[in-house]
Amino acid sequence: MKFLVTVKRVTDFEAKVKLKADKSGVETSGVNMIVNPFDEIAVEEALRQKDKTGGGEVVVVAIGTADSTAQIRSALAMGADRGILVKHDGALDSNGVARLLQKVVEKEKPDVVFMGKQAIDDDSAQEGQLLAEVLGWGQATFANSVTLEGGKATVIREADGGLETVACELPCIITADLRLNEPRYASLPGIMKAKKKPLDELTPDALGVKLESRVVVKGFEEPAQKKAGQKVADVAALVDKLKNEAKAI
Amino acid sequence: MATHLIVVEHQSGKLNKATLSAFAAAAKVGGDMHALVLGQGVGDIAKAVAPYAKKVHVGEHAGLKDRLAQPYAKCIADVAGSLGATHVWAAASSAGKDVLPRVAARLDAAMASDICAVIDEKTFKRPMWAGNVIGTVELATAKKVITVRPTEFSAPAAGAPGEIGAVSVDPGASKMSFVKFDAVVSDRPALADARVIVAAGRGVKGPEGIKGVLEPLADALGAAIGASRAVCDAGWAPNDWQIGQTGKVVAPELYFAVGLSGAIQHVAGMKGSKCIVAINKDPEAPIFQVADYGLVGDLFKVVPELTEAIKKAKG
Ligand SMILES: Cc1cc2nc3c(=O)[nH]c(=O)nc-3n(C[C@H](O)[C@H](O)[C@H](O)COP(=O)(O)OP(=O)(O)OC[C@H]3O[C@@H](n4cnc5c(N)ncnc54)[C@H](O)[C@@H]3O)c2cc1C
Repeated sequence: MKFLVTVKRVTDFEAKVKLKADKSGVETSGVNMIVNPFDEIAVEEALRQKDKTGGGEVVVVAIGTADSTAQIRSALAMGADRGILVKHDGALDSNGVARLLQKVVEKEKPDVVFMGKQAIDDDSAQEGQLLAEVLGWGQATFANSVTLEGGKATVIREADGGLETVACELPCIITADLRLNEPRYASLPGIMKAKKKPLDELTPDALGVKLESRVVVKGFEEPAQKKAGQKVADVAALVDKLKNEAKAI
Repeated sequence: MATHLIVVEHQSGKLNKATLSAFAAAAKVGGDMHALVLGQGVGDIAKAVAPYAKKVHVGEHAGLKDRLAQPYAKCIADVAGSLGATHVWAAASSAGKDVLPRVAARLDAAMASDICAVIDEKTFKRPMWAGNVIGTVELATAKKVITVRPTEFSAPAAGAPGEIGAVSVDPGASKMSFVKFDAVVSDRPALADARVIVAAGRGVKGPEGIKGVLEPLADALGAAIGASRAVCDAGWAPNDWQIGQTGKVVAPELYFAVGLSGAIQHVAGMKGSKCIVAINKDPEAPIFQVADYGLVGDLFKVVPELTEAIKKAKG
C-alpha cells in the first residue's frame, strides 16, 4: 500500500515558549526544532502498516522553508522512502495547508494519509478533517489503533467518554493520537541512508494553488500569570486553608 | 446582523452541557440564535436547548443515528447554508473537533479552534503552544466556523423557550461507518462537570495507587478522577481521563494534583482551576509554581491523612 504522511516543523515540546520582544510571534532563534510529536507517531504508524500489509511506499510531505528539510530527513531516517517539500515562506493558515495537501494527494494517490491529530504549536487540530472533506474521503481522527484489511481501515478512536470504533473505505485520512504507538528512534545507518533518499521540491505555484490568508493572526500575548501560591507545612494546615481561606471544601 | 447556528452535542440521550458554552460565546457577538440538533429521536435534546435559541432545528434521519464526521458535516453545512448562517459554533469537545473543520471546508469558511475569548464578530482569542501563548485571530471569510473552549464561557441564562421545528436533512453518501462505542463506565461525576477533581500522576506508581489512595480521597470529596498522560500511557487509567494540552481541558473549583510533576502539557489543561493543590515529594516540582497550596510529602502517607481530615472537616 502507499502511505502519505505529513510532518510539521515545530518548536521542541521541552523548550520554554517565549514571545519575541516585539510580540510578533514565538521566539524560534536558538530554540530546538523537532517533528511535531503527533506527526512522528503518524510516520511510525505508516512504517508499521507498510510492513503489515506486505510492503509499498511511505512518502513524507512537509510544507515550509528549506529548514523543514531537516524534519523530512528525520522521517526518512526512521524508514520512510521519500520526501516532498512544498516550499513556502510566511504565514499559512489551515485552509491553505489543506489545499496544498489536496494537490499533493491527487498527485501521489496514496491509499491512506496519516497525519498528527494536532500540531503542538498552533494547537488547531483541524488539518486532517479539512483535507478529508476537500477530498471527499472518510476520516478517523484521534486514532488509538488501526487495522487495514479488506479495502478498509478499522480504527479505534479516543473520544470523550470512551473508545469509538469506526470503519473507513480506502483511501482515507487517519490522524494519530498519543497512544497509537511509540515511535522508533532513527538508527545510525538509518540516518546515513536518509541523506541519499529522494527529496523533491514543489511550490504552491507548481501545484496550481493560489494562497490567500483567511485566518489573519493579529497578535500574540502572554497568558495572565497566576499569582504565586504558598507551601503549607502539613495536612492540618492544608485542610485549614482549604476550609477557611479558599472556602473550597 | 449575525445569524448563529449552534451545533448541539448529545450522547446517550443527554445534552452535553459543553454545548452551552457555544451559546454563551455566540451571544457575545449578538444576533439571531439558531440551534441544530441532529440524530434520531432527539426531541428531548431540542427541548433542553430551546431556552437558549430563537429557533431549534431538529434534523432526524436514520443515517444520523451515529455521529460520523462526514454525514454530520454535510447536514450541518446544508442547514447553515439554507439559514444563511454567518457563524457556526460548537464546543471544542472531541466530537466538535472531529466534525467542525469539515463543516468549515464545505462552507468555504475560515475556522478558529478552541477559542477562549470573543473580541468582535470576526476576531477571537485562542490558546496556542499549550496555552503558553494567546493568539488573536481574525476570520476573513463571510462565513465563520468556531469551536469554543467550554471552561472559558459559562452557560448563559435560560430565556423563554424558542420555537422547535423539523428540518429536512440528507446525510448523502458516506465513506465511513460506525462500528461500536466502548464507554468508560463510572459512578463519578464526569471530568467536565466535576466541582472537584483529583488527578493522578506517575507518582501513584500503579493502578493500586489510584484505587487504594486516590479513590478514597475522591469519594470523600465527591470528586472526579483525572490523570496525567504518563498514567494513561501506562494503562493505569482510561485514556479518557487524560487532562492537558492534548487531553481534556478542565477548570473545577478545586483540583488536586497528586504525584504529578506539572509539565506544561499537563498544566495547559488545568491551570484555569479556581484552587489548585499540589502534593509532591519533590519540593522543586514545577507543579508548585501553579499551585495555590503546595504540600511536600510522600503521597502514600499524606493523602490518606488528608482523606481522614477532610471527612472530619466536612463532618
Ligand atoms: C505531544 C505531547 C503531548 C502531551 N500531552 C500531555 C497531556 O495532554 N497531558 C499530560 O498530562 N501530559 C502530556 N504530555 C506529557 C508531559 O510532557 C509529561 O511527560 C507528563 O505530564 C508527566 O506525567 P506525570 O507528571 O504523571 O509524571 P512525572 O513527570 O514522572 O512526574 C511524577 C511526579 O511524581 C512525584 N512523585 C513520585 N513519587 C511520589 C510520592 N511517593 N509522593 C509524592 N510525589 C511523588 C515526582 O516527584 C514527580 O514530580 C505530553 C507530551 C507530549 C510530548
